[in-house]
Amino acid sequence: MKQSSLFNAIYPIMIGPSSSHTAGAVRLGLLARNIFGNNIKNITFKLYNSYAQTGFGHGTDKGLLAGILGLKVDDIRIKNIFNLPEAKNLNYKFEYLEDFNRHPNSVDFIMESDDERMYIVGNSIGAGNVRIIKINDFSVKISGEYNTLVINYKDVAGMISKVTGLIQLQNINIASLICDRNAKGEEASMCICLDKDIDLDIVEKIKLIPDVYFVKNVKKLES
Amino acid sequence: MIKDIRTFSDLLEICTNENKTICEVFELQEANFQEISVEQVRLRVKKALDAMKNAIEIGLTSKEKSISGQCGDDCVRLKERYSKKHAIFGECFEKITTYALATSEENLRMGKIVACPTAGSCGIVPSVIIGISEEYKFDENTQIDALITAGAVATIVSYKMSLAGAVGGCQAECGVASAMAAAAVTQMFGGSVKQILNAVALCLKNILGLTCDPVAGLVEIPCVKRNPFLAINSITAFEFAISDIESKIPTDEVVDAMAQIGELMSPTLKESSQAGLAKTKTAVEIDKKLKDKYKGKI
Repeated sequence: MKQSSLFNAIYPIMIGPSSSHTAGAVRLGLLARNIFGNNIKNITFKLYNSYAQTGFGHGTDKGLLAGILGLKVDDIRIKNIFNLPEAKNLNYKFEYLEDFNRHPNSVDFIMESDDERMYIVGNSIGAGNVRIIKINDFSVKISGEYNTLVINYKDVAGMISKVTGLIQLQNINIASLICDRNAKGEEASMCICLDKDIDLDIVEKIKLIPDVYFVKNVKKLES
Repeated sequence: MIKDIRTFSDLLEICTNENKTICEVFELQEANFQEISVEQVRLRVKKALDAMKNAIEIGLTSKEKSISGQCGDDCVRLKERYSKKHAIFGECFEKITTYALATSEENLRMGKIVACPTAGSCGIVPSVIIGISEEYKFDENTQIDALITAGAVATIVSYKMSLAGAVGGCQAECGVASAMAAAAVTQMFGGSVKQILNAVALCLKNILGLTCDPVAGLVEIPCVKRNPFLAINSITAFEFAISDIESKIPTDEVVDAMAQIGELMSPTLKESSQAGLAKTKTAVEIDKKLKDKYKGKI
């Protein structure tokens, strides 16, 4: 089991009432924003199971929207988020569903900007900890505890070596690496958790590797 | 670097060998872990302490109800009564019960609180550390020491069981918070490491089996009122431990028992609101009333 910080026990400073349903919701929203970018025009939140059934009383809807707008878990504006000017400029809607194949506290973000559409699945796994488990059709694992590079590419030999070679230029330790692919030779994805902040020019170099479709440098969340 | 501490017996051994308090051992361990200085660790703990004080201050005077409209005005009720007739256990009891209620009510009305270890149990540790410090004039450094000691307890427990009601029942939330508070108060009164560990064990033994069966799935009934009750539980544990009364079952074994009970506990009693208090006649009526009320909104 991983070493645990003292600050998991006496933190976070947060807006109540629930670490999983309120703070967790904010963190999921923040991660979705970190992945997609802050140019979201339209967003649909699909809340599942416990998030759908008790989300209203826990302010889960407010938390998710607050995260998407970039508010931190301890921002007192969360309570009245729907009245915030930033919220009024965003086209958002909530749907409430049941699917017991899904995690009890689960949410889909369907986000659109002028030129991009993305679908992200996240779970609130307890005590305010969260996981993004899907981006579009790809399995990923993003917890917000690490800066994470998410790379979408054509499944060709040597890709991991090329990417990690570039990361090595900056001498950053890789905490974990997860890959997934649709089928041999088709689209694949890579999630790399890094122990340090990666330079943007290295991210740009990774983007230039042939057969790389997109690269997202997902910032870790402040606790 | 030394291996991080994952059991109470290791904690006792290291504290004894190095002649250090739990707080000293843990603040150094955290500094190493985060690659920051001990001063920075303490500053961050102070930030949490300040946020706790702030939540109490706001919560003491607010009557605002939660989104569901079920809870939020009991602290004012308790305060009013104390202003007319003191609690039989005196003003320290009054402070702890009102501060715990104030914090929990602030949580449910979407105010700013500190999860300690969780949001549902956020009132217990602050009410004990801050209430007692006001009564006995403990300074800020003593309070920071106490909060670090409390955090150490929850951290060690968390290696054996997840501190989430959905996994371990309320034992893991308000129960652990109560043990954290027991350790904190024993630390503040200068108790030995052994006494602190006894306070933890005695406290936990008296919350074993505590279920998480909240009405309508909300962090309200019984969570809010449970906070002051379990804050007082920690004081009983402290009084025993500081008198050198020992838990016959060692602290680590009590935690093992709690983890096992958490696993054996029916999933219907672990934050799913499918049994127990959540399925009483009145709870079902409340649940239905709330669902009807929200229908237009969701």
